[in-house]
Amino acid sequence: MTERQHIMIKGVKEGLVFLLNDQCEFATLLDELQYKLEKTHQQLLTGPLVHVHVKLGARQLSDDDKERIKTVIRSQGNLMVQSIESDAKAEGEQQENAQQLHALTTIVRSGQTVEHDGDLLLIGDVNPGGTLLCTGDIYVLGALRGVAHAGTGGRSDVIIAASLMRPTQLRIADVISRPPEEWMTGDAAMEFAFLNEGRMQIDKITHLFRIRHNPIMFKGV
Amino acid sequence: MGEAIVVTSGKGGVGKTTTSANVGTALALLGKKVCMVDTDIGLRNLDVVMGLENRIIYDLVDVAEGRCRLSQALVKDKRFDELYMLPAAQTKDKDSVTPEQVRDIVLELKKDHDYVIIDCPAGIEQGFRNAIAGADRAIVVTTPENAAVRDADRVIGLLEQTKIPAKLVINRIRQNMMKTGEMLDIDEICQVLAIDLVGIVPDDEKVISAANSGEPTVMNPASRAAIAYRNIARRILGDMVPLMLLDEKAGAFKRFRKFLGIG
Repeated sequence: MTERQHIMIKGVKEGLVFLLNDQCEFATLLDELQYKLEKTHQQLLTGPLVHVHVKLGARQLSDDDKERIKTVIRSQGNLMVQSIESDAKAEGEQQENAQQLHALTTIVRSGQTVEHDGDLLLIGDVNPGGTLLCTGDIYVLGALRGVAHAGTGGRSDVIIAASLMRPTQLRIADVISRPPEEWMTGDAAMEFAFLNEGRMQIDKITHLFRIRHNPIMFKGV
Repeated sequence: MGEAIVVTSGKGGVGKTTTSANVGTALALLGKKVCMVDTDIGLRNLDVVMGLENRIIYDLVDVAEGRCRLSQALVKDKRFDELYMLPAAQTKDKDSVTPEQVRDIVLELKKDHDYVIIDCPAGIEQGFRNAIAGADRAIVVTTPENAAVRDADRVIGLLEQTKIPAKLVINRIRQNMMKTGEMLDIDEICQVLAIDLVGIVPDDEKVISAANSGEPTVMNPASRAAIAYRNIARRILGDMVPLMLLDEKAGAFKRFRKFLGIG
């Protein structure tokens, strides 16, 4: 067993609080939890039913992993898991990060893939055979000649914009579209793709305000 | 200390070996000491194009495995005193040498040659990794076809990852097809690949006959491809040479007659 302590157990009015370290490996945590309950803290296991609150710190866990913690604690008979919580603040921060526009200066060549959680601004081209995957919007300041997939997490309100729209394929959420010939106008105007009632459409970037209107509040002097 | 240049393309049959042979010979023609290395183990061609097949005694794999000294394996060209070739093995495959071994050999060759031209096999697997191991810079060869440009793009991406600066050669250009738009034009290719162009080579039947006779095209100044390869060599040396005008085929005299209205 490791010398380091990753788990603190505190007694409070409602029962017990398990404070789990958020820096170590999840597997280590499970091992230590099991060890503590079975070997060193057996005094907890005798007596009446005790409610347990588990606090994970900044660690974010899937439902499966939460269930594994519950199983370990429950297996001792008299402990009942009331809640498993992560720091709400950390979660908010992460979401904020994801919402920020991330700028990237590169050229995505054939065989290369750029993945991003949130909105992405690519300054450079996407060549045929290159792929952009993004949970939010995609803006390409350059030529989009490869594949762009916006809203990989399932969001359908996202857009794909490019200075030069010549994609091999566009995907928004789960809608896949091959550019029809009429897109290839050779028009130099920046365009964007969006979903309209589940169908992919292309429009000039100047018309983006029709689907996303953010009125300017600042009046100037 | 010389410089090692790998000639690569991703796709097969675009003219890597032809480019290696001709650029190597052109550099020798300009008075440089050059060694060409064939890394296409198992499918060696460079010796055939150079007409040196019957002089091979040892090869790259022999050197890598220590069966002979490097100097023993070098084949001296029949035309130039300062042009050498290190042939690939024909009976082995790409896995019989490691990138480290190739790098050591190239490093050794750089000591007493001005330029080491490495002929890379097609593909992006072991053979490619071997070929780029010792290279200081790269020449990416492509032809005006979508498939070749796509593969060149992939290779440029891989070269960028290993921090080898690459320049582009567009081979087998047919001016009349480019004019009619049946072939990708030079600007389009350069826009997609976004690297510097080091030369364009017109499609020329003389290249085929020259390769078959084991005499690099570049030796025949009547061939337009030869001039193109010589220009590439001069650009490698740092000269500013303007790109060849492709529709000059009519010739100055003919254009003059046309100007006078009698052509």
